[in-house]
Amino acid sequence: MKLTLKVWRQKDNKSKGKFVEYHLDNVPKEASFLEMLDILNEQLVMKGEDPVTFDHDCREGICGTCGLYINGHPHGKFKNTTTCQLHMRKFADGATITVEPWRSAAFPIIKDLMVDRSSLDKLIQSGGYVSVRTGGVPDANTIPVNKHCADLSMDAAACIGCGACVATCKNGSAMLFVSAKVSQLALLPQGQVEARDRVQKMVARMDELGFGNCSNTFACEAECPKGISVTNIARMNRQFLAAKIAEPLKK
Amino acid sequence: MKNRKGLSSITKKLIMAITGGCLVFFLLFHGSMNVVSIISESGYNWICEFLGANWYAVVGTIGLAAMVVIHFVYAFILSFQNYRARGNQRYAVTERQDGVSWASKNMLVIGVIVIIGLGLHLYAFWAKMQLAELQGVAPSDGLSPVDGVGRIKMVFGNTYFSIMYLLWLAFLWFHLSHGIASVMQSIGWNNHVWKRRIEWLGKFFAIVIVAMFASVVLYYWLIFPNLNV
Amino acid sequence: MELNSRIPEGPLTEKWTNYKASQKLVNPANKRKLDIIVIGTGLAGASAAASFGEMGFNVKVFCIQDSPRRAHSIAAQGGINAAKNYPNDGDSVWRLFHDTVKGGDYRAREANVYRLAEVSNNIIDQCVAQGVPFAREYGGLLANRSFGGAQVSRTFYAKGQTGQQLLLGAYGAMSKEIERGTVKMYARREMLDVVIVDGRARGVIVRNLVTGELERHAAHAVVIASGGYGRVFFLSTNAMSSNGSAAWHAYKRGAMMANPCFTQIHPTCIPVHGDYQSKLTLMSESLRNDGRIWVPKDEKKAALLREGKMKATDIPEEEKDYYLERRYPAFGNLVPRDVASRAGKERCDAGYGVNNTGRAVYLDFKEAIQRLGRKAVEEKYGNLFEMYERIVDENPYVTPMMIYPAVHYTMGGLWVDYELQTTVKGLFAAGEANFSDHGANRLGASALMQGLSDGYFVLPYTMQNYLADQIGVPRFSTDLPEFEQAEKEVRERIEKILNVNGTETVDSIHKRLGHIMWEYVGMSRTKEGLEKAIEEIKKLRAEFWRNVKVPRREGMNNELEKALRVADFLEMGELMARDALMRNESCGGHFRAEYQTPDGEAMRDDTNYSFVAAYEFKGDDNEPVLHKEELKFENVEVKQRNYK
Repeated sequence: MKLTLKVWRQKDNKSKGKFVEYHLDNVPKEASFLEMLDILNEQLVMKGEDPVTFDHDCREGICGTCGLYINGHPHGKFKNTTTCQLHMRKFADGATITVEPWRSAAFPIIKDLMVDRSSLDKLIQSGGYVSVRTGGVPDANTIPVNKHCADLSMDAAACIGCGACVATCKNGSAMLFVSAKVSQLALLPQGQVEARDRVQKMVARMDELGFGNCSNTFACEAECPKGISVTNIARMNRQFLAAKIAEPLKK
Repeated sequence: MKNRKGLSSITKKLIMAITGGCLVFFLLFHGSMNVVSIISESGYNWICEFLGANWYAVVGTIGLAAMVVIHFVYAFILSFQNYRARGNQRYAVTERQDGVSWASKNMLVIGVIVIIGLGLHLYAFWAKMQLAELQGVAPSDGLSPVDGVGRIKMVFGNTYFSIMYLLWLAFLWFHLSHGIASVMQSIGWNNHVWKRRIEWLGKFFAIVIVAMFASVVLYYWLIFPNLNV
Repeated sequence: MELNSRIPEGPLTEKWTNYKASQKLVNPANKRKLDIIVIGTGLAGASAAASFGEMGFNVKVFCIQDSPRRAHSIAAQGGINAAKNYPNDGDSVWRLFHDTVKGGDYRAREANVYRLAEVSNNIIDQCVAQGVPFAREYGGLLANRSFGGAQVSRTFYAKGQTGQQLLLGAYGAMSKEIERGTVKMYARREMLDVVIVDGRARGVIVRNLVTGELERHAAHAVVIASGGYGRVFFLSTNAMSSNGSAAWHAYKRGAMMANPCFTQIHPTCIPVHGDYQSKLTLMSESLRNDGRIWVPKDEKKAALLREGKMKATDIPEEEKDYYLERRYPAFGNLVPRDVASRAGKERCDAGYGVNNTGRAVYLDFKEAIQRLGRKAVEEKYGNLFEMYERIVDENPYVTPMMIYPAVHYTMGGLWVDYELQTTVKGLFAAGEANFSDHGANRLGASALMQGLSDGYFVLPYTMQNYLADQIGVPRFSTDLPEFEQAEKEVRERIEKILNVNGTETVDSIHKRLGHIMWEYVGMSRTKEGLEKAIEEIKKLRAEFWRNVKVPRREGMNNELEKALRVADFLEMGELMARDALMRNESCGGHFRAEYQTPDGEAMRDDTNYSFVAAYEFKGDDNEPVLHKEELKFENVEVKQRNYK
């Protein structure tokens, strides 16, 4: 395959970035998108140019490290697919592909296509867990869990934390990410104990970190590589409202 | 961390939802009232007289105005924050996401258009009816402030005005087609079973509301003048 | 140096209880004064860091990725074993212990494995309490499935994403401690050396991958939980940043490396299709529960399949060779991983392989779809089929899947004693980075168990025992000459690489190393092959230092990161080959072609090789010294594995 790539190049956070055009010949159509970038980088290194920096790790769609904005979509336009699972056969021969980093105030660019998503970690730190310590927990089967709730919880827990929801949201909102964690834990009796505190803490942290406000466009769900549902956001809204009324956190 | 003081994001959403939801109810009420004008002119004028500048109608109007203002102000606050949250650099290429409606991404712009239309509407009707009554001065065109049907006939007899009205209603439809389902989502009344249903119900109510208003415009613009009464 | 495994006295079932009862403790006020460094945030690292933090120690955690949640434990699909016996099918701690020792081909330490089986149940309790959404039955209790040919259903799972869910549980627990301030997280850092002060591990040198700066960090103890070294083969199911450098530099500082040749080759991976390929994708082993593995009986037809002149669906039933069912009637397609992998390679080497490369066999669901219906198959394996289709662009409901073995896990690693302490005092190793529990072969769903066992339930105890007499030791300054020296050495290493400025990229050399490893130190090894491998690796290493091309850049430099890792792989590969050459037997993942029965089964030599091979580093120009830790089996009867 022949390809024209327009890749966002930016030296570091402070520098100004720009698109640079690259032409690639003989890209195997079985290659994944990231392998195609590997091929590009191999050529750049040989030419003595700076290879394109991008985040990637497991390359099997589960670690959530990779994330490129490809032709106007996070992870490309195909449903339930991460960048690493996108294969070149999905593009036409001779195509021009524009590759951009995630763009959101909460995700500053580190270099080229690599952004800093540590704000997602900070969100989890604010309460995305059950506060139990190691040891001293009851037998696993002590509390039966409704299977439907457990299944819904698992669906929410499938979030890989890639940040595509924030990247695609016109508001730069992290509601899908936060609600997935809030829902996962609220749906299980183990997580319900501190559910009211959790939702308030996580929402407060989300606001502090400069994420935008949700306006229910549901673009996040449409682009989520793991198909996380926006009904999780509704559940979080419900939980938040109930918690604010019944047990508001002391400031 | 950027410290953001004040109401939390979800609370602000909730304010949008509640004010928006109330306005939807108002529109339902207003629309069904308007339809009466097609069925019975005297019935409609009776309603106009019943409401008029009576205290409950005035209280309702003030409440309504407050809703509109709050909805409007928060829309701008939220949009401003959201704009900042997007960061300084925009995507060079964007493409519509599957299943994401145009309306949902352009609510502010549509809302502003609706507000402008509202100004027009207030000028054409409210200023000459409730406001005139409150001020105790008769409108200069000689119609009684409570002669609703007369005013309707006059306003929609004007083709340009009717077209503008219909255009306005179209934008209102877009706003409602996302807005109603969005209210349900924001207040947390959505789940995996009802998600699709709520989307369709939202669109359905948007159609009902807009159809009620539009039918009056169309009736008095196109049908009524050709009737031999 | 004598190897002392420090196994507690007493009967096997009471060793751990006795240890805990008599170990030394650190009081809460003193814990605050003690610092622990943890390298890696996978299951072992994150769970250890969280537990240390909860206990009150000061913890510094380092991970190579942008977030601790991305560690490669996340990719584990199948499940986690525990001896809960919830299904009432006869499981017990003893049975899990026994199966693990047997599965490891009697090359693991009894006491460690028993402890692992013992705490396996606590792990499930802990994870459920953390809100891990395990699969459940309609009654609300936990569901189990059988896995990897076990005779009992002891595997707990969360869809096909068990590793992800367990890791996120541990990550949550660690996040909780980060919020409390007991744990400090350093992401995008790579450990390049360990600092030894007066014979004890007292800190690390890490490279900040964003700024490129070297940082010194001091602590009272260091835990290495950086995973395995499977990427020495270049192509593996490991993540791109997985590497063995942390463990390797610990080795170079005096920690011994044990059983480096024990690598696990997983039978059900998506086959390689080109040179540009960067990694292989694993398909869960559970597929073998219903899929049947075959190649054509007729060599000519295999050739036609390779040339694309024929399709798999064109082969009539009677011309399919279900070689696993043929060779192992009792276990059939469910034989352990090493056996299945080797059998597949054997068929391909004999000329029956399919795919354009000839390096693939079929995994066929036709019979399962007929028996269970497409819907049932979809429910069980839908997500895996989808993943396959995405990568290969073929529909596995219609055409059989193609699979081929790939490097997946390394059983070998840093030698540790019962306390998970290496031969360097204060330097611990946990999870895949140590060698301890899996012997020569790891059973399915046991890796997650071991990682969490080390982190949640072993290290929190043994670490206290080590630190109990360190309470008087004040915090270290990173200005000590030892730190300075270590940093200087790292800086020189980096300079040396940057100064080569040759003509070959790092990846290209890494791929060549991978070829050598796969060819000679892979699934089937011979004396000649291994000797050749050692020579070839030496040559390639020399070439690396003569001809590698690494651009010099300010700040972030991915090529340099890769080069540093490959430089270590080029040394590690040689040690693996040496170990494989030394071990004149076939056991578990280590198969020496010279040591097989007439019908091609592995032949173990318990008289001469029932030991752990631990290597001591003696300098770059000297051969490492082999130390043997004899394995004593007092509680299980050592038998030849037989899956016929």
